[in-house]
Amino acid sequence: MIPQLQFADYVRLLPELVLVVFGVIVMLAEPLVDPQSDRKSLGVIALIGALLSIGASIYQTGYAGDAFNGAIHVDTFSIFFHVLIGLITAVVILASFEYLSVQQIKYGEYYGLILLGAVGQMLMSSAVELVLIFIALEISSIATYILAGFRRRVAISIESSVKYFLLGSFATGFFLYGIALMFGATGSTVVYTIAATLTHGATPLAYAGVALMFVGLGFKVASAPFHVWTPDVYEGAPAPVVALMSTGPKAAAFAVLLRVLFATAAPGWFWLIWVSAILSMTIGNIGALVQQSVKRMLAYSSIAHAGYILIAFAAAQDVGMSAAIFYTATYAAMNVGAFALVAHLANAGEKYVTLEDYAGLGRRAPAQAAILTVFMLSLIGIPVTGGFLAKFYVFQAAMQSHLTGLVIVGVINSAIASYYYLRVIVVMYMREPSKEVPVMRMSPGLVVALSACVVATIYLGVLPDRVLRYALQSAQALVR
Amino acid sequence: MSTHVLDSYILSLVVFVPLGGALLLMFFPRRERDIRVFTLVVSVLTFILSLHLPVHFDYTKATTANSAFQFEVNHQWISAPNIHYHMGVDGFSMWLVVLTTFLLPLCVLMSWHSVHERVKEFHILLLMLSAAIIGVFVSLDLFLFYFFWEASLIPMALMIGIFGHDRRIYAAVKFFLYTMIASMFMLAAMLWLYAHAGSFDYTDIQRYLAAGHPEVEGAARWLFLGFFIAFAVKVPLFPFHTWLPDAHVEAPTAGSVLLAGVLLKMGTYGLLRFNIGLFPAEAHRNAPWIIILAIIGIIYGALVAMVQPNMKKLVAYSSVSHLGFVVLGIFSFTAIGLVGGTFVMLAHGVSTGALFTLCGMIYERRHTYEISEYGGLATSMPVYATFFLVITLASIGLPLLNGFVGEFMVLSGAFLANPVWGIVAATGVIWSACYMLWMYQRVFYGEIKNDKNLKLVDLNKRERAILWPFAAAALIMGVAPLIWTRAIDHATQNLLSVIGQVMGR
Repeated sequence: MIPQLQFADYVRLLPELVLVVFGVIVMLAEPLVDPQSDRKSLGVIALIGALLSIGASIYQTGYAGDAFNGAIHVDTFSIFFHVLIGLITAVVILASFEYLSVQQIKYGEYYGLILLGAVGQMLMSSAVELVLIFIALEISSIATYILAGFRRRVAISIESSVKYFLLGSFATGFFLYGIALMFGATGSTVVYTIAATLTHGATPLAYAGVALMFVGLGFKVASAPFHVWTPDVYEGAPAPVVALMSTGPKAAAFAVLLRVLFATAAPGWFWLIWVSAILSMTIGNIGALVQQSVKRMLAYSSIAHAGYILIAFAAAQDVGMSAAIFYTATYAAMNVGAFALVAHLANAGEKYVTLEDYAGLGRRAPAQAAILTVFMLSLIGIPVTGGFLAKFYVFQAAMQSHLTGLVIVGVINSAIASYYYLRVIVVMYMREPSKEVPVMRMSPGLVVALSACVVATIYLGVLPDRVLRYALQSAQALVR
Repeated sequence: MSTHVLDSYILSLVVFVPLGGALLLMFFPRRERDIRVFTLVVSVLTFILSLHLPVHFDYTKATTANSAFQFEVNHQWISAPNIHYHMGVDGFSMWLVVLTTFLLPLCVLMSWHSVHERVKEFHILLLMLSAAIIGVFVSLDLFLFYFFWEASLIPMALMIGIFGHDRRIYAAVKFFLYTMIASMFMLAAMLWLYAHAGSFDYTDIQRYLAAGHPEVEGAARWLFLGFFIAFAVKVPLFPFHTWLPDAHVEAPTAGSVLLAGVLLKMGTYGLLRFNIGLFPAEAHRNAPWIIILAIIGIIYGALVAMVQPNMKKLVAYSSVSHLGFVVLGIFSFTAIGLVGGTFVMLAHGVSTGALFTLCGMIYERRHTYEISEYGGLATSMPVYATFFLVITLASIGLPLLNGFVGEFMVLSGAFLANPVWGIVAATGVIWSACYMLWMYQRVFYGEIKNDKNLKLVDLNKRERAILWPFAAAALIMGVAPLIWTRAIDHATQNLLSVIGQVMGR
C-alpha cells in the first residue's frame, strides 16, 4: 500500500519545487523575449526563484523529518546545505548578468539550467535513499555539463563540456555500481537501514560498495586521484559557471559523501580518505604553483581545498564533520567571489585570464584589486578572513582525532599554497603592466554579488560562532 | 589601588582605534593631506590612550595573585572550539605596546614627503599593521595571538612590496614565506595543546603544562621547538636571519622603523611569553645551544655590519646583533638578564627606529644609502649630524643613554649564568662601537668630496619634530630606567616564581 502524501511531504520538498517552477518559467519565457536582448529579465526571474527557494529552505526548519516514504529527510544538515546552495545559486546568477551581456551569450536557458542544476544539488543534500541521491546527482551533473559548454563558439568551452560529460558519466557509473553492491550487501538503499545492518558487521561487498561510491563522489568533489578533468574543464567553461560548479555541486557532493560515509556507518573509508586528502592537497598545490592562467590556478587550488576538507572527513566525529561543513560554506563564499571577479576581469571573449593581465591592477582598478586580495588572502588562510578559521577548524578537528601526520602535511601544504595566491597579489600591486589591458566598470549586479561574497568571507572570519554552531548541529543531525 | 573605568576597555581601544581608523580611511576621498592628517590624529590618539597603561599599572599587585595580568578583558568569542577574546598585559608586554604606539605617529610624520604614491593604501596598511602588532602583545588566548600574529604579516609584506625600493618584490615574498612557513609550526603546536588541554587560554595552558601530565613529557620538546622556530625566524636568530637585511633595505622608512622597532620584538616577546612562560624546563634544557646561537648572532651581526657599504644594511645587521643580546638575556634565566633583555627590546626599538629614520632622511635628499657617497656631512648638515651622533651613541651603549642599561644588565645576567658567555658576548659591545663610529666617521667627518653633498639642506621643522621624541626617549631611558624596569621587574619576579614552581618539582 502506498501511504498518502501529506502536506508536510511537499513542504519537505518545497525549495526544490520552487526551483523547478521557476526553472520551467524561465525556459518557457525564453522564446517570448527579444532574441537580441541579453536575457536579463530571465535572470531576474531566476534570481527571484533562487531567493524564494532559500526562504522555503528556512521555512522547513519547522518541518524536520522524513518525506516521500523515507526517501527524503529534512534536518538541520539538509537545511544548512539548501541555504548554502541557494545562496551560491543566487550570487552566481547576479554575477552572470554582466558576463552574458559582455560575452554576447543570448540564451535564456542558461538561467533555467542553473536553477534546475540547483534542484539536483539541493536534493542531494536531503535525499537519504541511494537511488534518489543518484538521480539528484544526475540532475545536477547534466545541467552542469551543458552549462560548461555555453560559450559554444569557443572550442575549449566545447572541449570542457565534452570532457566533463564523458568523465562525469563514467564517475556516476562507478557511483551507481557502488549503490548496487551496497544493496547487495545490506538489502537496502535507505541510508539509515543500511546503517542498522552495517553496525552488525560488514561484508567485503560493503567495503567494495563504499570504495566505488567514493570513486564517483571523489570525481564530483575533484579530489585526487580523480581530479584530472578539473583544470581543463575549469579553463574552458564560462567563468561564472566555474564559480558555480566549483562550489554548488561540490558542496552537494560533500553533503552526499558525509551521508554515505557517516550516516550509513560505512566501513573501511578511513584510508581511502586519508590517501585522497594527502594526494589532493599535494597535487593541487604543486600543480597550482606553475600555472599562468588564473582560471587553471584556481582549478588546482580547488583540488587542494578538497584535500583540506577531506582532512576533516578523516577526523570524523562531530568536530570533523562540522569542520567539513564549515569549510564547504567558507570555500563557497571565497571561491564564488574569486571566479566572479575573474569572469569580470576576463572581459569579452575571456581574453584576459593570465597572471600577466593582472599586472598593475592595483592602480587601474583599486577596488577590484582590493576585493580579489580579500579572496586570495582567504584562500591562503590569513586571519580576519573565513579561510583562516575554516582551515584552523579543520586542523584542530584532525588534531583532536590525533591525526598529527595529516595535520603536518596539511600545514606544510598551506604554506606552499600561500606562494601562488600571494603571487596574484604581488602581480596586481607590485608589477607594472607590460601591455594595455582595458578596465571595465563593475555592473550593479556584480557589485552586489561581490559585496555579498566579501561580507560573507569576513563575517565567517570574524564572527563565525553562529555558523559554526549550525555546522555542529548539522553534523549532529547527520548521524542518528 | 583603585580601578579606573577605562581599565577593562583600554586594551580593546588601543587595538581597535587604529583598526577603526584604517577602516574609515578606506572610504576616504583620495585627498593626500586629509589622509595624512587623519592618520596622524588617529595615531596620536592611540598613543595617548596607550599611556593609560603605565599610568594605571598596579605595581603592588602581588606576584602570587591568581592572574599575573592587568587590564584584562575576557569574553567568549567562539564557543566551539573554545576561543576567547582574552587580552591583558603584564610588565613585559605593557611597554612594548607603548613602544608601538610611540613609533606610529612618528612613522606617519616621516612618510609625509617620502610616500607620495598610493598614499591612502600606505596609511591603511600602516594602521592595520600597528593594530595587529599591538594585538600580538596583548593577546592571552593562543588563538587570538596567532590571529594577530598572522594578520601582521600581510600589511608588512604589502608595505615592503608596494612602497619599497628596487628589489622590493623579492624582499616582500621572502619575508612573507619565511615567517609564514615558520609560524605554521607554531600553529601545529598550539593545536596539539588545545587538543589536550581543551583550551586556548594562556593561563589554562600554563597550568595544564605545569601539572606534569605524562603525555606532555614526550611532546614538550616538539612543542617547544614548534614555538621556537616561529619566534626564532621572527627575531631573527642566527641562522634564520637572512630575510631581515633584504626586508629592511627594501622597505620604506616607516616600514623599516616598525619592522625593527616592534615587529622583531614579536619574536623575542614570544620566546619570553611562550617558550619560557609555558615550557620553563624545556627552555632551561635548551638554553645552552640557544644562547650559543644568540652569541653567534651578536658577533656575526656585528662583523657583517662592519663591512657593509650600505648604511641601511649596516643598521639592519646591527639589529641582528642587538636582538642577540635580547635572546641572551632571556635565556640566561636570571632576574637581571630577563629585565635587561626586555629593556634592550625597548631601547633597540627607540634607537634603531631612530637610526632608520635618520637613514630615510638622508635618502630623501640623495637617494642613496651608500656610505661612500657621503663624507663631511657634519659641515653641511650640523643639526642632522648632532642627532645622528646622539642616536649612534645610544645604540652603542654609552652610559646615560638607553643602550647601556639593557646591555649591561644582559651581560651581568649572562655572566652570572656562565662567565664564558658573558665574556664572549661582551665583545659584541666593542664591535658595535667599531661599526657605528666608523660609519659615523665616514659619513660625517672629513672634507666634502662629493659636490652633491655641498648643497644639502639641513633638517626642517617636521624632521626635527620626529627626531626630538626619539632623542628624548633615548636620554630618559638612559637616565631614569627605573620608570621602565619597575614594571618589567614586576613581571620578571612573577615569571621566575612560575619557573621556580615547575623546576622545583
